[in-house]
Amino acid sequence: MSAKARSMWMKTAWVGAVAAAFAAMWAGTGCETMNQLTELGTSIAVATGDITTNEAESINRTTRAVTKTFEDITPEQEYYIGRTVAATVLLGYKPQSTSALNDYVNRVGQSLAQFSSRPETFGGYHFLVLDSDDINAFAAPGGLILVTRGLLQCCSTEDELAAVLAHEIGHVEKLHGLRAIKTGRLNSALTILAVEAGKNLGGEDLAEVTQAFDESINDITTTLMNSGYSRRLEYEADWAAVQILRKTGYEPGALVAMLENMAQNWNPSRHDFAATHPPPQDRIDQLRRRGVASSKATQAARQKRFDAVRKWI
Amino acid sequence: MTKWILMCALALAATVAGAREMSVQVRDGQLRNRASFLGTVTGSVAYGDRVEVGRSQAGWLEVVRAPSGATGWIHESALTPKRLVLGSGADDARIGASGEEVALAGKGFSKEVEAEYKKQNAKLDYKWVDRMLTFKIPDAELVRFLRQGGLGQ
Repeated sequence: MSAKARSMWMKTAWVGAVAAAFAAMWAGTGCETMNQLTELGTSIAVATGDITTNEAESINRTTRAVTKTFEDITPEQEYYIGRTVAATVLLGYKPQSTSALNDYVNRVGQSLAQFSSRPETFGGYHFLVLDSDDINAFAAPGGLILVTRGLLQCCSTEDELAAVLAHEIGHVEKLHGLRAIKTGRLNSALTILAVEAGKNLGGEDLAEVTQAFDESINDITTTLMNSGYSRRLEYEADWAAVQILRKTGYEPGALVAMLENMAQNWNPSRHDFAATHPPPQDRIDQLRRRGVASSKATQAARQKRFDAVRKWI
Repeated sequence: MTKWILMCALALAATVAGAREMSVQVRDGQLRNRASFLGTVTGSVAYGDRVEVGRSQAGWLEVVRAPSGATGWIHESALTPKRLVLGSGADDARIGASGEEVALAGKGFSKEVEAEYKKQNAKLDYKWVDRMLTFKIPDAELVRFLRQGGLGQ
């Protein structure tokens, strides 16, 4: 950390101590309250001559940034996070290089993305099939979506394949990947940006922002590959998928049908979807409660093109 | 005179309420002749472009002024009310860190940070990531794909 940033941090800590004293008197402090407390703290510090007015404004600004976390990540930054998350997933999986299969999956996926509530991301939505019998899929922030052959084997129609991809688009749409970044991870990066925004990052600052990047990537990949999202977020992605399927014209009940297929191959001891997702039956129950019934319906033209690529799945 | 002032005030209010400035927050944005992905492309906008938007319809905004001179509809997810600061060293970059008024393009987690991260993680290979980014189905083909499957009606 540069001397200027360190000095800013020390002053922030001073004001933080004042703010914390107020916070202790005020239970249930939220972000807005914290901002107000910090601003009160800085105004006292200015009055006592400990910091200048300009420094007070910088600290207030930094606190506002610090308390915002993932919401402050721009789509461009999300894109770079997504690239490295995808590259990390690819350390453990070999891509399926069959062009026809990837082309078909991208036709279905990119069609669906246009009907999501977030059709535009910085770099767009792109899909890649992984050559693995594991039942797994990974939605990297920004729209890089990787899905295994094992998961595609759970699909018997194009509508069901669309349901798999729509669920992953739902994770991107709802920023679930970015939400996996632990609170506080971005503080240092945002503070450096607050102080050094007008310059190119120097050695120490670049190292610190890279460290925050590293920790953020780690939080996301650990969630995607080991611990999984909360049930609430998985159900949210399922519901987003239902909306996307409906708007695109696919059969929403295909999601339930796909989950029924998945339940047949579900092995709780495997380190794939079984480790990171609620059991299919729980997801089916949630969808049925919201009025979505299983459906194998599709159209002949969709089935024909699905069957044409099935040999590579 | 009073009537004239009132008319000017009303005209100003209508302008303020009817049009607002936004920034393009995606790398390449397409403008279309209607508020739908199925509409014909009328032009494009680039990352950081400041555009003026008017009407809104089901999540789409009508761009009435863009640097390229093109007009048309674009999904709201492609735009942000924040001003994107593209270069470093600009005075207004300093206030960008609050994230409330402006956002810093090319700052924070960027190409520069990715390159630094890659140095520290030599095993990481972005070859397939770069390749998958080229998997882009042209709009006209997507529309044909949708129609062939009885979708997007």
